[in-house]
Amino acid sequence: MTLIEAPPEQRDPSLTPPRTFASAERIRVRAFGLADAGELAGAFLSALALVWLVYERLTPLSGILGFWVCVYVAFLGIAWFVAREQRGAVVARDQVVRIVVWSGGVGLIVPLALIVIVVVGHGYHALRPHFFTQDGSRVGSLNKATDGGASDALVGTLEQVGLAMLISVPLGVTTAVFLNEIGGWLARPVRTIVDAMSAIPSIVAGLFIYIAVIRGLDYHPGGFAAALALSLLMLPTVTRTTELVLRLVPGGLREASLALGSTEWRTTRHVVLPTSRTGVVTAVILGVARVVGETAPLLLTLGAAHVFNGNPFSHPQNSLPLFIFNQFLLAQPSTVARAWTGAFVLLVLVLVLFLAARLAGGRGAGHIGRVRRWRLARKGLA
Amino acid sequence: MTIALDTPHPTYPAPAPPRPGGATLAARNVGAWFGDHQVLANVSLDMPAQQVTALIGPSGCGKSTFLRILNRMHELVPGASLAGEIALDGTDIYRSNLAVTETRRRIGMVFQKPNPFPAMTVSENVLAGLKLSGLKRSDHAAIVENCLTRAGLWNEVKNRLGDAGGGLSGGQQQRLCIARALAVLPSVLLMDEPCSALDPTSTRRIEETIAELSQQVTIVIVTHNMQQAQRVSHGCAFFLAAENEPGYIVESGPTEKLFSNPDDPRTLDYVSGRFG
Repeated sequence: MTLIEAPPEQRDPSLTPPRTFASAERIRVRAFGLADAGELAGAFLSALALVWLVYERLTPLSGILGFWVCVYVAFLGIAWFVAREQRGAVVARDQVVRIVVWSGGVGLIVPLALIVIVVVGHGYHALRPHFFTQDGSRVGSLNKATDGGASDALVGTLEQVGLAMLISVPLGVTTAVFLNEIGGWLARPVRTIVDAMSAIPSIVAGLFIYIAVIRGLDYHPGGFAAALALSLLMLPTVTRTTELVLRLVPGGLREASLALGSTEWRTTRHVVLPTSRTGVVTAVILGVARVVGETAPLLLTLGAAHVFNGNPFSHPQNSLPLFIFNQFLLAQPSTVARAWTGAFVLLVLVLVLFLAARLAGGRGAGHIGRVRRWRLARKGLA
Repeated sequence: MTIALDTPHPTYPAPAPPRPGGATLAARNVGAWFGDHQVLANVSLDMPAQQVTALIGPSGCGKSTFLRILNRMHELVPGASLAGEIALDGTDIYRSNLAVTETRRRIGMVFQKPNPFPAMTVSENVLAGLKLSGLKRSDHAAIVENCLTRAGLWNEVKNRLGDAGGGLSGGQQQRLCIARALAVLPSVLLMDEPCSALDPTSTRRIEETIAELSQQVTIVIVTHNMQQAQRVSHGCAFFLAAENEPGYIVESGPTEKLFSNPDDPRTLDYVSGRFG
């Protein structure tokens, strides 16, 4: 029996062995090697030793903060010196700047992590499910920390921040569109005023609403008056951030839209705003972040209730920051614990809101969501 | 005479159906300024229907400005003004009561840099003009296929219609922009160096597209590539500007004549690559 081999092009491709490429080990560009780590560790240790010698033995200095500042400076100097000896002055400067920038990044994370750790550590053990369902009307400073709840404050915060968003987001985005897409002689004074607004102390915003709305218009203090004060604080943040992200939209897109026979409004509505959607969401997040923890303007506008009130347009309300403030003021172990619990809940609330906002509109402009793709596919367009 | 650009238009006529084969565009004594600086003087040019007219000349001689005057994009630049007359099938687009949006819809434009809308899918990009210009057309799926086919892109993207327009390659993006411009039924298509950012293969595809489209719309193309002007255009206009002086047309006429036997020696020097 003879086996006839098929010519190469007729062979089953699944039977041919996959082509292999003789490959050398991949080059790792800019890898941070053991030698670099050793160099930095050595520089740090010698800085520590040097400063210890100077601080503890040679001079009568003391203080932990000064010690570590000196260690850091000495570390930079020694790292620079070592790098210069080995690789030259240019690389040494690069090394020093790299260390400074890295320590800046780490220095930012440390306080943030500390805040989260401290708040969670103090806040979690007095948290019970009924914290979200009961209000603070039947608890005083002699109750246990786990008694009562803050549903009044939680609902109040959500409603006030929500109302403030409803007021300031449309107003802020419209103003930003005016500043960036229309402009003209009025743009400069408007921009100056918006900048000046962002410098208003929050207590002044509260005072203004108190004088102008509560005293002036004889409107009762409550959720709506508080939302007005918060929207005053939110407006400049939303406006300026939105303006910055609208400025990032390439002018070529506006021209392309106008060249198709579009009006300015349709260009803004269908091209500019969708392109900068992520940035507008960021602007809203920054605006909410600006006001969600505000206490000062609420002191004057909210009327401070401890009874659950879901209607921001009638009767006083409570809010989480105000709840925290009032509980701390009572200065009993149980009320302080309750304040920490409130802080913990506020932190989680902010985290949830931001995650929701990022999920809702945070993907880049080029991302086509599943719902949109499905809708297009139904029309035969995808 | 300088035309005031912000004169309101009293009436808005209904969009006219495009004439098959495109419209004739004629420029008479066009001048252009940016502030006090004059960049174009006395430009007169006929751009006949069913033909490709190429505008050639060295950088900074006002070709692109002239192109942008043809569909009223020039006035978007702050401080820009112009003089003269642009007639679309005999109607002056600056003095008649034709709305500026309607003018731009009928005289479409493809830009030097491909600029698909990044927030839209391929199919949404093609249909964007309908939404933006308020043009009512039914059967969107057929429009998408028709425009992408005419732009020479359908086979490459028919399975990617739901992907983002920004995810295509540079040459595909530029053909997507051509398809987008075609969807609003323009009579004239202006192209401002459409291939200058593209590789040779994509350039060839766009040139084929131009050749196919020239039967359907009037095309005016600015190009720095002499071979391209020779390949794609029927008529040609050679622009030139002396230092700090406005640009003007040295010579215009059939492409063959300009490239083989021009009247002006400067034209011969330019098309044969001796300057510019």
